[in-house]
Parts: sequence; C-alpha cells; structure tokens
Amino acid sequence: MMLSEQSIARMKEVVTKYPSRKSAVLPALTIAYRQIGHLDDDIYNEISEAIEIPAVEVAEAATFYTMFPKQPRGKYLIQVCHNISCALLGADGLITYLEQKLGIVKGETTPDNLFTLISVECLGSCATAPMMQINNDYYENLTRESVDRILKELTEQAQAEDEA
Amino acid sequence: MSFYSPVRTNAAEVAKSDRLHLFKYVEDPQQANIDTFVAHGGYVAWRKALTSMKPDEVREEVKNAGLRGRGGAGFPTGIKWGFIPQASTKPRYLVCNADESEPGTCKDRVIMERDPHAMLEGMAVASFAIGCHLMFVYIRGEFGHCIDVVNRAVEEGYAQGYFGKNIFDTGYDLDVIVHSGGGAYICGEETALLNSLEGHKGMSRIRPPFPAVEGLYACPTIVNNVESLASVPHIINRGSDWYKSLGTEKSCGSKIFSLSGHVKQPGNYEVELGYNLKDFIYSPEYGGGILGDKKLKGVIPGGSSTPFLKPEDIDVGLDYESLTTVGSMLGSGAVIVFHEDTCIVWTIMKLIHFYRHESCGKCTPCREGTGWLERMITAIEHGRGRPGDVEKIESVCENIMGRTICPLGDAAVMPIQSAIKNWRDEWQYHIDHGKCQVKTNTEFV
Ligand SMILES: Cc1cc2nc3c(=O)[nH]c(=O)nc-3n(C[C@H](O)[C@H](O)[C@H](O)COP(=O)(O)O)c2cc1C
Ligand code: SF4
Ligand code: FES
Repeated sequence: MMLSEQSIARMKEVVTKYPSRKSAVLPALTIAYRQIGHLDDDIYNEISEAIEIPAVEVAEAATFYTMFPKQPRGKYLIQVCHNISCALLGADGLITYLEQKLGIVKGETTPDNLFTLISVECLGSCATAPMMQINNDYYENLTRESVDRILKELTEQAQAEDEA
Repeated sequence: MSFYSPVRTNAAEVAKSDRLHLFKYVEDPQQANIDTFVAHGGYVAWRKALTSMKPDEVREEVKNAGLRGRGGAGFPTGIKWGFIPQASTKPRYLVCNADESEPGTCKDRVIMERDPHAMLEGMAVASFAIGCHLMFVYIRGEFGHCIDVVNRAVEEGYAQGYFGKNIFDTGYDLDVIVHSGGGAYICGEETALLNSLEGHKGMSRIRPPFPAVEGLYACPTIVNNVESLASVPHIINRGSDWYKSLGTEKSCGSKIFSLSGHVKQPGNYEVELGYNLKDFIYSPEYGGGILGDKKLKGVIPGGSSTPFLKPEDIDVGLDYESLTTVGSMLGSGAVIVFHEDTCIVWTIMKLIHFYRHESCGKCTPCREGTGWLERMITAIEHGRGRPGDVEKIESVCENIMGRTICPLGDAAVMPIQSAIKNWRDEWQYHIDHGKCQVKTNTEFV
C-alpha cells in the first residue's frame, strides 16, 4: 500500500460531496499526488478501490493532466514558467541559471534527489515575472539573488529534516 | 503582514473612487477574513437578493447593468442566465471558472487570494438568479494557495450561515464545492471544464447543446468567470443604472487588466472599460512606461489569444468595441507589452509551443495544425526557414481558423496571423539570413 490511511479517508469523504462519484477522480488524484509525489499503475489501483471507480477510468483521467506525473521526482520539484510574459523578462536565462547552479539540465533530477527542474506553461503569475513554482509554492519577481537564497533555504531545510 | 503574491494593484486609487469597486480592499491583509469582509459591506447583496428580490429581478438587474463576461468571450451575463430552460425540473448548477491559464492573465488569482468572499458572494447571487442549490468553483490545480484560501472562506461562510441550509431563514439551501483542476489550459474552456469536473479527460464538447441547457451531469449549467461573478454584488447593491454609467455605452462597468511584459510597473489594475490603452501603458499610476525607456514594438491587449497591435494603434479604448475596430479583442484583459528588442518569430515560437501543448487533440485541424505550425516556426527561429514557409504558415492558419470544435484553434492562429501581417519583413529576414533581425534579450539578472 502506498496510500496512507489518511489519504484514503479523505478520498472517501470527497466522494460523498459530489452528485456523481466519478467527479472525485481529480480530487483523489490530487490527494495521492500530494502525498506521494508521483502516480503509477499501482497507485491508480489503490485510488480505484478507495473511490470505487474503475482503475482504467482513473488512469485515463490521470494521464490527460500535467499535474500527475508517472515518474518520481526530487524532493523539490522546480517548475519554471517559460511562457511569454515570463520569457520577456528572462525566463530562458532563469532556466539556464538554475541548470548551472544545480548542475543538471532541464528535465533532470540532482544526484542527491533533492531538486528536479522542469519548465511549464503560464502559471498565472505574469505580472510578477519571472517566476517558478516549487512543490505547492510560488516564487515571484525572481532575481539571481532571490534564487540563490531560495535554493539555499530549501537545501538547509532538507538537511535539517534529515538530521531530525 | 505581506501578501502571498507581491503583485502590484491600484487599490489605493480604487478606494478613493466612487466608480471603481472590485479592488477596493485588495491591499487590506484582513479582507480574506469573513468578519472584515462583512464589516466592509460584504454579503449585503446576497441578503438583499435572497430576502427581497425574485430570481428574475436579479437576472433583469444584471442584464440591464450591461455586465459582460470577463473570462474572454464577453457574452452578456444576465442574458446567459436567461438561457436556463425555466420548465426544466432537473437540478441547475453554477460553476465559477477559476482556471485562469490564458498567458498574460493573472487577475482572478488576486480576487481569490485577497478577497475570496467577493467571488463567493457573487456566486451565491448568481445561483439564486438561476435556481441553483449546488455551486462549484473550478480552480486550476497549480493555485494551491488560492485553493486553501477559498476553502477557508467557504468554511467561514457555512459557519456564519451564508451557505448551507435555510439561508437567512428563507428556506433557500445552497452548497459549495471547491474543485481543483489538473493542469490543462483547455479546462478553462467551459465545456472541457465540465467534462473535467465530471471526472473525464478535459476535452471540449460539441455544441449545441449549450451548457445552459445541458451542462454538468447533463443538467442546465451556467459557467461564469471569477471576475464576472465578483462584479455582480456591486450591481445588486448599487443598481444597474449606476453600473451602466461606468465604462462606455456598450462596454459597461470596470475591469481588471493584468499588465505584463516590458513595462516598468507590471501589475493588476482596475480601470473603467474604455480607458485609453496608451495611457494605461505609460501613465505613472499604471505601467509607468516601457522598461529601459526603450521604444515600443507591439502590444497584445487581451491575453495571448488576441491579435497584436502596433504602436500606432494603441491610442484606443480598452473596451470590447474599440479594440475590435483596430483588429484585436479585449479577451481576458491581459495586456502584454513588447519593446523594440523583441524578435517577433521568437515570440510566436513561444506562443505556438503553448497552443500545441495545450490542444486537447479532439479535432484534426487544431491537433495537427498546431504541430505543423510549431515545427515550421521553430525551424525559422533556429535559422532553418525556407522560402515559401511564411505563405505555408498562413495557409495552415487559414485551414484551422473557424474549423474547430472549440475556440482554442482560432486562439492559436490569431496572434500568428497578426504577427505576420504586422512584421512580415522580420519573418522574411529570418528566412533569408537564417537569423533574427532583432535578438531578444533573455538574460536573467
Ligand atoms: C481555450 C480556452 C480557454 C479558456 N480559459 C478560460 C479561463 O481560464 N477562465 C475563464 O473564465 N474563461 C476561460 N475561457 C472562456 C470560457 O469558455 C467561458 O466563456 C467563460 O468562463 C464564461 O464566463 P464569463 O461569461 O463570465 O466570461 C476559455 C475559453 C477557451 C476557448
Ligand atoms: S480546437 Fe483544439 S482544443 Fe479545441 S476541441 Fe479542437 S483539438 Fe481540442
Ligand atoms: S507567463 Fe509566466 S506566469 Fe504567466
């Protein structure tokens, strides 16, 4: 079992809110993704059992959306917006800067499994460009200086968690 | 206390104005709390509508106010509400479209993060107007913070009796579900959104039937944008005549414009419809002029799906009619500014990549056409363009335009067509010389 009891309980609760059971597919995928960080066939099966929707239907929905990747990612998933408003203010340069700092290219994960770097479409933060999302959080109006600080903080946070 | 998003707004100006209203409290860090919202006059319109008006009176008021949809298409809101078949005995649904993913657009997010009850109150009034007892907010999944804030606001609303059973002792019940999406631009298109909400892939539906007749769970459904709904309580409180006195004759009211790109002061600003675009970009209250005091090259006035304007065309009102006269559209109200050091082919390459990626794949012209366009445009940008490519791009565009199930196909094509029309020399230069005439600065500092 990958899903925690808590996740399963939340899925079962969500199902009851909707007029139709199937509407709970996306919320259930979100709950699973937030807990595990990626989804695969085994997890689809577990979701399917929890919300009583056929696994093929869970898989069909999951693979349509970009937010439910099948591959495991690093502890921190960095998503840089590469769309137009951000691109006008240096998003391409931001990606290169992150690649250099992390020593990986876009699409890769650092060897310590801490950071995965990808670029994505507009995240609705265009007037505070350039920007990136790391896990659930937005980081806006980025500069080299703020990127340095953010990466440092996250690295330290991960170390502290390791030691604890 | 600081805000989650540091985006600039014109709340101070709005607070002084008797006409602007949407952004009045968005710089108040307490506004997301229900007590502050209520102290600022919140939920008065909900009470007024539910306790002293009939649903058709609410619809009439909104129709007379001339409010038009702020999600992109600009359809009159009150008229749309009237499309619900009155004889139908099926449940009716209201869905607030908070998918906000049109590049350049970041306005609904401010409302949700800083004044979530404003949206919820508008949804409640709209629900009453159409006879709905279960309303949904479909928020794009990436907006984790918004989702948390809105969920909290919903809980507060239930706790204080604004939602739930027997609201204001009228016997009216209204429930709210906050639903988060999965990261797909197409789910902002209303029929794709409904499919997504039902738990299917987010693919557009063929119309008719329109959602008002057969929408969510095959029941009559109204889909409205966050900002459209947040405007409704002001109409109920101050009346349609007041609302109609704002803006222009046919584009009534005020609207939030997201200003991004090469301006000194990007931000979200509420102005009356019809406000001059050039002033919007240059005035010290809003854009403050072009970054680095460079020359303006072009402007996209209504989100990435709307045609470019050249500098000579920007002395124009930000309203539905005026922007049409200069060959563009108001769209979602996202003004994107480009200065002279921007390569047009590079710009279009970014946009077509987006539309190709977001095409849901249901119809061939859009699925295949956006792929061809991306390949050709990327080749030109990378110096591998061939004579005749521009004409080929134009012909592919013509074959997509108007031939698709949903408007995403047209949306992909319109900026390209206008970029070729306005800057054909630059495309030709790219093909003849294998490089940009002007190189875009992509440096990150
Ligand atoms: C590809 C595409 C994406 C769209 N994205 C959004 C969106 O993110 N938010 C929105 O409110 N409307 C969006 N729309 C418009 C909706 O289909 C619909 O017209 C709108 O939500 C209706 O609300 P309104 O009348 O209040 O504007 C989109 C349309 C298309 C074709
Ligand atoms: S136009 Fe594109 S996005 Fe719209 S239905 Fe057709 S393939 Fe899907
Ligand atoms: S273009 Fe980057 S957030 Fe919108």
